[in-house]
Amino acid sequence: MSAVATSGRTSAAGRKSSGPRKSKLGWNVLGLLVFAIAGFPVYWMLNTAIKPSKDAIDSDPSLFPTGFTLDNFRRALDIADFWGPVGRSLIVSLSVVVIGIVVGMLAALAISRFAFRGRKAVIVGILAVQMVPLVAMIIPIFLLLNDLGQYDKLSGLIITYLTFILPFTVWTLRGFIVNIPKELEEAAMVDGCSRTGAFIRVVFPLLAPGMVATSVYAFIQAWNEYLYALMLLSQQNQTATVWLGNFTTKHGTEYAPMMAGSTMMAVPIVVLFLLVQRKMAAGLTAGAVKG
Amino acid sequence: MSAADTTTPAKVPPPRQAPPPAVAEAPRAKRTSGAAAAPWALLAPCLLILALVLGYPLARLVTLSFQKFGQSQLWGFQPAESVGFDNFAHVLSDSEFWAVVVRTVLFAGGAVVFTMVVGMLIALLLQRVSGWVKTLINIVLVASWGMPIIVATTVFKWLFDSDYGVFNALLSKLPGVDMIGHNWFASGTQGLSVIMLLVVWGAVPFVVITLSAGLTQVPAELEEAARLDGAGAWGVFRHVTLPILKPIIVMLTTLSVIWDMGVFPQVFVMRGGHPEAEFQLLTTYSYDRAFVVNDYAQGSAIAVLTVLLLLGVVAVYMRQMLQIGEVE
Repeated sequence: MSAVATSGRTSAAGRKSSGPRKSKLGWNVLGLLVFAIAGFPVYWMLNTAIKPSKDAIDSDPSLFPTGFTLDNFRRALDIADFWGPVGRSLIVSLSVVVIGIVVGMLAALAISRFAFRGRKAVIVGILAVQMVPLVAMIIPIFLLLNDLGQYDKLSGLIITYLTFILPFTVWTLRGFIVNIPKELEEAAMVDGCSRTGAFIRVVFPLLAPGMVATSVYAFIQAWNEYLYALMLLSQQNQTATVWLGNFTTKHGTEYAPMMAGSTMMAVPIVVLFLLVQRKMAAGLTAGAVKG
Repeated sequence: MSAADTTTPAKVPPPRQAPPPAVAEAPRAKRTSGAAAAPWALLAPCLLILALVLGYPLARLVTLSFQKFGQSQLWGFQPAESVGFDNFAHVLSDSEFWAVVVRTVLFAGGAVVFTMVVGMLIALLLQRVSGWVKTLINIVLVASWGMPIIVATTVFKWLFDSDYGVFNALLSKLPGVDMIGHNWFASGTQGLSVIMLLVVWGAVPFVVITLSAGLTQVPAELEEAARLDGAGAWGVFRHVTLPILKPIIVMLTTLSVIWDMGVFPQVFVMRGGHPEAEFQLLTTYSYDRAFVVNDYAQGSAIAVLTVLLLLGVVAVYMRQMLQIGEVE
């Protein structure tokens, strides 16, 4: 922890001499500038969504809200069925999460708690498959689902999403498991628990927060996926991300309702993300720096 | 993962303790593992699913790239026949392909450099601002990180709209500038710059948050010592901070290269599902060959070449990750 960062955190509690505070002013102004620029796209989405749509179509728009209306949201819900795509996205994402967590947990246990021949190869494999760009896979996946009769079926999309969710859950859960001391399990086993019993009574409760975070993160990834959803489902079966494309027709784009639709899509996801982000950021880089 | 993580927000994760020596672990783990079949039984469902949804399509991708496979093969009117290296020869001798490769490398390279530099600057800035400014920036960063890519792309499309976009309006406020009606997507260079900005905007938060966590592990005494020895701010950064952060930076850079080479929805949605020739990156180009021109074999060949291009970068990443795995 550097001295500067520490003083920033404690400054609210105990005021310091005016020297460092004065030199902070410049940094704070710069910080607020970063805040304004980085936050502007989100602000502009919300601002456009709630302002009357006639004010949105203005070549010199006011930077501040000009009024408050829910008309854009109403229009967004009208333009194409919203709840159908949301329901389908929910089915797909939740199924993917359940399968991904259960199967991923078993595999994560194997590579983090067992020493066996071929362990390293499995780890390399799981890391390697995460590196294959999804787009590269779209052609064979499309042909595979076509052959299996799973094209335009939610079940087909669920299987497909496991290509990127499963390696992710395995690797992340592994990160959480290795942080639980083995000694705890061993103590339980000395006290008479079976290996399974030790896992259920000792490891599982400690792992629960990490599992929740991984599930939420996997859910968000599945929910946000666009390319496969677009390619593997027809118009009638579209999911929430593809739904957002309905605002652009050959007559042009209805921007104000589109921003309302974007808001409806983004707000729940961003809130979920805020809840688990810190835990995930720590998990992703666990061990990257040797302490 | 320690309990400290779940406490107050806007704090970075605590530094990790030095892991226990791994040497002592191995024999004990072997003793408790019981039957050698146990780990494989646990792995079986995972490996089975991955073989179906990843292994098979990957193998299919490679075989496809050596076949003739178009519309008539898709519908089963004609069997797919092997054509050897024809697809690759065709793709590699196509000047358009090379233009796309150069464009993709420039785009991804620019986005990675931009992301890492901006991310590092913001992470350093976060150490110097007051607590409340830090909280504000963190909230904004996490919000933009959490935005679904498709929503972020839609929002940027609106920001840069030629007639009613706020960006043109703001630029026109500058004296002597009239950008109202300027179409950012008329030229590939400008349009891809906007898309690069979108990619960087979405990628910076992860970099900042990870680097911030790393910066807390730079010992203050080391920086102090360097300062006492007469090093300026740049000298301290160059000779103390940077070497300590190196493993994180390498990991972030390789991940960024992999992600930025795989950019697809941003270009695809920005251009309304039909990117023009000067907007094509390797990903969209492969998609275009397969699903627009209906030459699945050539699309696959391009995808295979993309993966090969990425392999070098992936090797660096894997080495880094395996080192982490070793320690644990």
